Parts: sequence; structure tokens; C-alpha cells
Amino acid sequence: MTHRVLIADDEPNIVISLEYLMKRAGYEVSVARDGQEAIDAIRRERPQLVLLDVMMPKKSGFEVCQELRADEALKGTLVLMLTAKGRDTDIDKGLGVGADAYMTKPFATKDLVAKVAEMLGAAK
Amino acid sequence: MLPAPLVIGVAFAYLSLLFAVASFGDRRARQGRSVIGNAWVYALSMAVYCSAWTYFGSVGRAASGGVWFLPIYLGPMLAMILAWMLLRKMIRIARAYRITSIADFIASRYGKSSALAGLVTLITVVGLVPYIALQLKGIAAAYALMTQSAGAATGSAAPWWTDSTLYLALALAGFTIVFGARHLDSAERHEGMVAAIAFESLVKLLAFLAVGSFVVWGLFDGLGDLFAQAQAVPELARLLTLGQGKTFAYEQWFALTMLSALSVVFLPRQFQVMVVENVDERHLKRAAWAFPLYLLLINLFVLPIALAGLLHFGAGADAEGFVLTLPLAAGHAGLALLAFVGGLSAATGMVIVEAIAVSTMVCNDLVMPMLLRTRRFRVAQAAAGSDLTGFLLAIRRAAIVAILLLGYLYYRLAGEAYALVGIGLISFAAVAQFAPAMLGGMYWKGGTRAGALAGLGAGFAVWVYTLLLPSFAKSGWLGRELLANGAFGWELLRPEALFGLKRLDYLTHSLFWSLLANAGLYVAVSLWRAPSARETSQALLFVDVFKRTAAAGPVFWRGRAHVADLLPLLGRFLGVQRATALFEDYARRQGVARIEQLQPEPQLVQFVETQLAGAIGSASARVMVASVAEEESLDLDDVMLILEEASQLRAYAHALEEKSRSLERATAELRSANEQLKSLDRLKDDFMSSVTHELRTPLTSIRALAEVMRDDAEMPAEQRQEFLGIVVGETERLSRLVNQVLDMAKIESGHAEWHNSDVDLRMLLTQAVHTTEAMFRERGASLSLQMPQTVPTLRADADRLMQVLLNLLSNAAKFVPAGDGRVELRLDADAAGVTVSVSDNGPGVPVGQRALIFEKFRQGGDALSRPQGTGLGLPISRHIVEHFGGRIWLEPDTAQGACFKVWLPWQASSRDADRSTGDQT
Repeated sequence: MTHRVLIADDEPNIVISLEYLMKRAGYEVSVARDGQEAIDAIRRERPQLVLLDVMMPKKSGFEVCQELRADEALKGTLVLMLTAKGRDTDIDKGLGVGADAYMTKPFATKDLVAKVAEMLGAAK
Repeated sequence: MLPAPLVIGVAFAYLSLLFAVASFGDRRARQGRSVIGNAWVYALSMAVYCSAWTYFGSVGRAASGGVWFLPIYLGPMLAMILAWMLLRKMIRIARAYRITSIADFIASRYGKSSALAGLVTLITVVGLVPYIALQLKGIAAAYALMTQSAGAATGSAAPWWTDSTLYLALALAGFTIVFGARHLDSAERHEGMVAAIAFESLVKLLAFLAVGSFVVWGLFDGLGDLFAQAQAVPELARLLTLGQGKTFAYEQWFALTMLSALSVVFLPRQFQVMVVENVDERHLKRAAWAFPLYLLLINLFVLPIALAGLLHFGAGADAEGFVLTLPLAAGHAGLALLAFVGGLSAATGMVIVEAIAVSTMVCNDLVMPMLLRTRRFRVAQAAAGSDLTGFLLAIRRAAIVAILLLGYLYYRLAGEAYALVGIGLISFAAVAQFAPAMLGGMYWKGGTRAGALAGLGAGFAVWVYTLLLPSFAKSGWLGRELLANGAFGWELLRPEALFGLKRLDYLTHSLFWSLLANAGLYVAVSLWRAPSARETSQALLFVDVFKRTAAAGPVFWRGRAHVADLLPLLGRFLGVQRATALFEDYARRQGVARIEQLQPEPQLVQFVETQLAGAIGSASARVMVASVAEEESLDLDDVMLILEEASQLRAYAHALEEKSRSLERATAELRSANEQLKSLDRLKDDFMSSVTHELRTPLTSIRALAEVMRDDAEMPAEQRQEFLGIVVGETERLSRLVNQVLDMAKIESGHAEWHNSDVDLRMLLTQAVHTTEAMFRERGASLSLQMPQTVPTLRADADRLMQVLLNLLSNAAKFVPAGDGRVELRLDADAAGVTVSVSDNGPGVPVGQRALIFEKFRQGGDALSRPQGTGLGLPISRHIVEHFGGRIWLEPDTAQGACFKVWLPWQASSRDADRSTGDQT
């Protein structure tokens, strides 16, 4: 079964790299460029996992996550938060709003792919 | 004509009513709900000044001398209205040092001298005896009028044991004892008595007004009718003029006014109600006008009644009885009885208060000091350790009886010589002798004990010689030769014309000589010798009473004492319970739990002495305390030292307050500075966080793409090229960012280097256009340049200015629409400075972001269409521009697009350009 993955990030170059990685790993990929687009895309396409950047215009990653968790239909979506902010407070906040995992940029591509596979594998 | 039993019965009933009011007042005082803590009661109590003199004497005086009854009341009115500040000081002193009588006041001021206390008491007793006699005479005459037919003589020829006046005197003594000498109060407060006095002031005023109204509107048809009828009779018309048919005697009028003004303060009964019984200093303000008003009211009908009486009964009638005889003649017995009660009230009020005041003086200031001098007494008391309160009480009661009997004696001996008013004036002249010593004592620190003794002694002697002896002579108890020929036959020493001064009447004459001798000797002797240490310390305490509070005042006492001695001492005179209560209260105020723990410091000794003074007078209190303590005698230097210490203490306390206030201010400042630092710290934190974010973002792409390329050997070449291009681009972005962050940090911390030179602005702008040419061409946008022909040079760092220009231009280039972009670069110069504007026809800056664009890491537009940038360009530009004293801003009202302006002054006052490191020309 092909999993659908949504990439939500406002930096075009990062989107390019993530898209390539996910496609190479064999997932179906869609892209959102800001927080509102991300919510709409999740509602529309129901991906299994979202690669969620924190610093986005319109809605931040934290807000998107909160909305997801508040929504009955979307509660089960897996969320992997990505951000360049690495303070302990930010990590706690991310996990607090309900992210399933949190990775700081820059990340190792191997680690990212492995993590995504783990999360999707466990959720089967 | 009324039956005697009725009159006596009414009199007793009224006096019992007064007693009932007094006990009510006492009871409420014990419960703590005082009835006399009221300015009206205070003012009414002062009206005890109006005695039988007012009721009977004034009318008599008016009948013979017209308006000459007035000065006696004008004086007090003036004194109250003009001199209430003086009274306030007197009250303050009395409260602070527990003064209980005039003798105590004077004695305390001049070094707690028992000699002075005794002298003042003596003068008071002798001086007041005539006044008491006057009251007795008044009541006796009134009684006679009420019970016998008008015209019968009120003879004192009957043997004394049948004289009803004697029994009257004894009865009054009894009442006085009941009112004021049932128990000892250390503050000499008699709340019940004050309540009764206020009540009787009302009664006598109402009674007099009632009779007056009856006479004016009952017997005649109003004031107009009365005066018209009086004018018709020549002798009466004369009464209505000031001169009385002769030239106006100014000096007599003046003397009488001044005399009565003094008397309203220095009569013992006035001092008692005004100063000793005063509850609250602030009541004085109301009393200052209420009491004169009372005097005005009670004197309204004096002249009308006198005229009516003369018209009715003809000249030669006993004018002093008009208040009673007029209603009686008109058949209104009830009104006459009311007037009798009023007169009785006035007389008894005066007698009671005066007798109480005088007995206090006699006990505290005459008898006690004498007793303390006798060793036998002291030894007996010390050994027995007994309670002296009963003993003190007995002395007072005896004094009351004695004074009244003396009054009766004078009445028998000399009462016929003068009319009532004349007798009263003699007493006034006696108490007027206190004026120099008291007034001088309150305002002049140089007055000494010797001076006061000399002045008082001399004044008293002159008074006796010029007023008292003549009154005896005129009654027949002394030879008349004295009056006619003078002492030892010397004409110059004639009592009523001393040293040939014949023009004055006897009273003015006496007043003149006695006050002259008094004041003269007081000043002269005071100046002759310097005051002793104790006199100086007391003088300071009295004259400067408003400057010191009791708590912070200097204590002029050195020595050692034991609480175990002081407590029983106080107990002997105040009662053990009360003394213990006082000590406990004192201990509590010092913050000490038990009495035994009290330290025997000077403050405690002074406290005990002050409390004791309330019971036995300052002079005796001094002696008693000295007997139980080991004192060091103070000399003048010690006094000055103590004074200096006290003022130093005050200065230190003040400085301490100032210090603590400035400390508070400093703490507040520190707190706000701390807050500022914290917020700056937060800002720095945010900055660091933003910087790391900005740095990590390009790093993410670089790493990810590099790893992808490494792991995928099979990647198509196109894809690889694309990715590598991105990597290179991101690296460039990264280094740009790093440079800018470093730049920003250097500028903000002040470590940047500024290389100033004379910049040719035209050249600079041209160069900027050139540099950005390629960028604009790429975007398909046009850049136009507008400059004046000549522009003065600007002293600035050329590279930095270029940085700003490039920043603005590249921003403009980024945001103009592709293909159709137009950017204009303009230079304007005026006298103050130069303005550079960069305008574009792009989308402009949204209103919500206008304030934010100059902040770090904020970029215009949204991220999707955001061109490459660090977000630090504008903040750095702003720092640079402001460093040169200029301003950079976004024009607020552009129709379309954005217009950034930079203004730089030719000479900036806040320019730190020349303060920077390095200054190359």
C-alpha cells in the first residue's frame, strides 16, 4: 500500500530536497507552502504522515498540529515536525501540541527516511 | 414680696439640679463618653466670667454712669478675638507639662520655684477675697429684695451668728466641696463641674434675656419708646451720652478695658475653665467668637433695664436690684423668681469654680511646699509610706471653707464702702499683676525667677497700698488719715495720689503704678542676672512649646533613680492603682512587657515628675522626685549640651528619613534598570534564536541535497546540475547572512569601524546605479537617477553609505513587477541636510507591516514570492543612517509602490562620527 505523505514548508529549496527524498522512498507526495494550505491539503487528501515545518506564514506548524489533533477525522494523522529552532522549549512545545516526532534541521537524510518508515510501519 | 421658704426652696431646688447635671457629667466621663468634649460646652463654660456682677452690678453701674458698664465686657471680647493664639500657647504648655493652676504655671516656668508658687497663691487669695464677698453681697441683697418689701435696708448690723449670709457662705462651701473636692484627679479635671457650669451659663443668659424682654416690650412699647421717654428726662438723657456731661475720660475707659481683658485670662476661674479643663485645643477657635457673642447678648438689656428702673422708681433707688424689683413691681412674681435664680446661678457658678481653683493652688503651691520643708513631715511620710491622697483632699476642703469665710469677713468689714462693681475691680487689679510674669514667661526666654519675684512682689505691694487699704479706710476699719495725708504724713505717698499723680481716678491710678513697678522690676532684675540652668531649661520648654513634641523634646535631667522608688512615690499621691496603671501604660509605649523591666532613664523620671505635678504642683513634685533620686545638678553648660543633643537627634532623624527615601528611589531605579536588562536579554535571546534559524535553513538544503547526490549514483545529470546549483546558491546565501550578522553585531555593539571622508554624493549615487545595473536589467526594470547639479560634500563613511544605497536599490529591484518595473533614485539637498529617495512601482508595503520592516529578520511580502534576502538589510541601513545623525523611513502616503527616504544632516549634534575609531581623510 502506498502511503501518502504531505510536505509542509515555506522554503522552496527544502521542499525540493524533501520531495526528492520521499519520492525516492516510494511514497506519494503532495506539497503545501503555508499553514493554511497545509490544513486544506490534509483535509482534502488525507495523508498518513505530514512533514511539518514550524516557521510558516499564515499558520505555524504548532497551530496546524493543534488543529489536527482537535479534529476527529484527522486525529490519526502522523506528524513529524521539522524545524531549525532547536531549543528545548520548542521541542517540548511540539510534543505538547501532539506531534508524534520532532527533528531539527539540518537533519541527516538517512535518519529522516528511517524515521518516516518507522512511523508508517508502526501505524499499519 | 415672696415668702422666704419659697425662695429658699427654689434656690435649693436649683442647686440640686446643678448637682444632678454635674454627677451626670462625671458619670459619663467615667464611662468614657464625655459630654464636655464639645466646642459649644467649652465656650459656654467660659461664661462663668459673668457673675452676680453682671446681674446686679452692671445695672447699677449703668444707672449711675450710663455706658460705663461696658468696658468690663469690651475687654474680654477684644481679648478673645485678638489674642486667642496666646491662649492656644497657654493651653499647649499647660497640657504638655500638666500645669493645673496659674501659680503652678508661673512657678514651673521660672524653674519650679516654690517661693513663686507661694507668692502667687497669696496674691490670688488676697485678691479674690473681695470678689467672693461681692457674690455674697449680691445674693444677700437679692434675697432680701425677694422676701422683704422694697426699700428695707439690707443691714449688716446684726450680730454675725444670726446673719443669714454666713450660713449662705457655709452652704456654698459645702456645695463647692461636693462639686470639686470629692476625690483627687491628677489632671485636675472636673468634668461634672464643667457640665454644670455650661448649664448654668445658659440658665442665666435666658433668665436675663427674659427679664430684659419683659421690661422693654412688657413695661414699655419697645426700645424706641423706652429711649424716647429717657431722653425726655435730662438726667437720664445724660446717661446716654459717652461723656456723661463731663469730658470723656479716655484713660479710664482704656484702663478698664485693658484690665478686664487681662482678667478674662488671669482670673483663676477663667484659667481653670479655659486652660485646665480644656479638652481639645481646637475648641478655642469656636470659643473665640462664641464667648464674645454671649457677652454681647447678656449685655443687650443692661442699659434698657437701668433706664426703665430709673423711670419707674425715680433717681436714688437701689439700681442694683432693678432686675428683681421691676418684675416684682409689675406683679410678675414668677419672672422675678426666674431672675433670682439667674442671679443665684451666676453667683454660685463663680464661687464654685473660683473656690476650687484657689483651693488647688493653696494645697499644691502653698501648703505642700511648706510641709515638705519641715523634716518631721518628710520623715513621717517616708516611714509610714502612706497614701497621701486623703490628706491632700482634706487640705483642699479646708481651703475652700477658709476662702469662703474670708469672703464673708471682707463682706462684713468692707462691703459697704463700694458698690459691687468697685469691689470687683479691686480683684481684677490684683490678678492683673500676673500679666508681666506670665506673658513675659511665655515669650521671653530671659525672664528669671528673681525678676518674677521682684515684679510680683512690687506690684502686689503697690496694689495693697493703693487699692486694698483705701477700701478698708473707706469702710471705717482704718483711719481716714491715711487717705488724706499719706503714710507717715508724707503727701507724696497718699494712696490714691502717689507722687502727686492726681488726674487719674483711683483705679487707673493704682493700675498705672502697680503695673509700672511690676513690669519695670521684672525686666530690670531679669536682665541684671543671667538665669540659672533650671530656669533656662524651663524657659526653653515653655517658649518653644510649639517647636517640640513631648516625645522628641530634650529632657533636662541627669542622675540615677530606681523604678522601685518612683512607683511608690507616685502611688502615695495618686493612689497605688492609678500609679500602676500609668506605669504600665508607659511601659507599653516603650515596648517593654513588665514594669520591672523599665530602664530608669531621664525620660521615665520626667514622666513621673510630670504626673506628680498634676497632683501636687510642679514645685512640690520637683522636691519629691529629688528626694528619691540621686540627681546631678545641671549647670548652664549642661543645659545647652542637652539642648544641642536634642536638636542633633532631630537632625539625625531627619537625615535618616532623607537617606531612606533616597534609598527607596535608588531601589526603584535599580529595579527598572533590571527590568530593562531582562527585556534586552530576552531580545538577545530572540535574536540568537532567529539567527540560528536563519543559518540552519540554508544548511538544511545544502546537507539534504548533498546527501541525496552522494547516495544516488544513478541520478540523471540534469537533476544533479539542478541540485548542485541549489547547493551553491544556498552557500552564497549562507555566507551573505553570516556577514550581515557579523556586521550587525559589530555596529550594534559599537565596535564597527567607521572611515570618514568627504563624500561626493553625486559620484556615490552614480556608482550605485552602475553597480546595480545588471540586477535591474535581469528583472527588466528601469532605474532613473535625479540629482541637482552641485551638491556639497558630506562628511561620512563612503562604503557604509554605499551599503545603504545598495540595500535600498536591491530591495526595490526585488519587489517591482517583472518586466514593467520602474525605480527612481533621487537626491535633494537643502540647508539642513540631504535627502535620498528610492521609489518603486511595486506592490508597496502592507499597512500592517510598515512598522516591522526595519526589524531584524522581517522581510516584506510573503515567503512564497519573497525574493532572496536576509531580512537584515534594512535594520543595518537604519543603524548606519542613525550613526550619522540622520533618519530613514518609509513614506506613509504613497499611492502605489514604496518610497524609502534617507535624510542626512550636514552637521549632526549627536554625530559620533568623529568619536569612532579611525578617521581617514
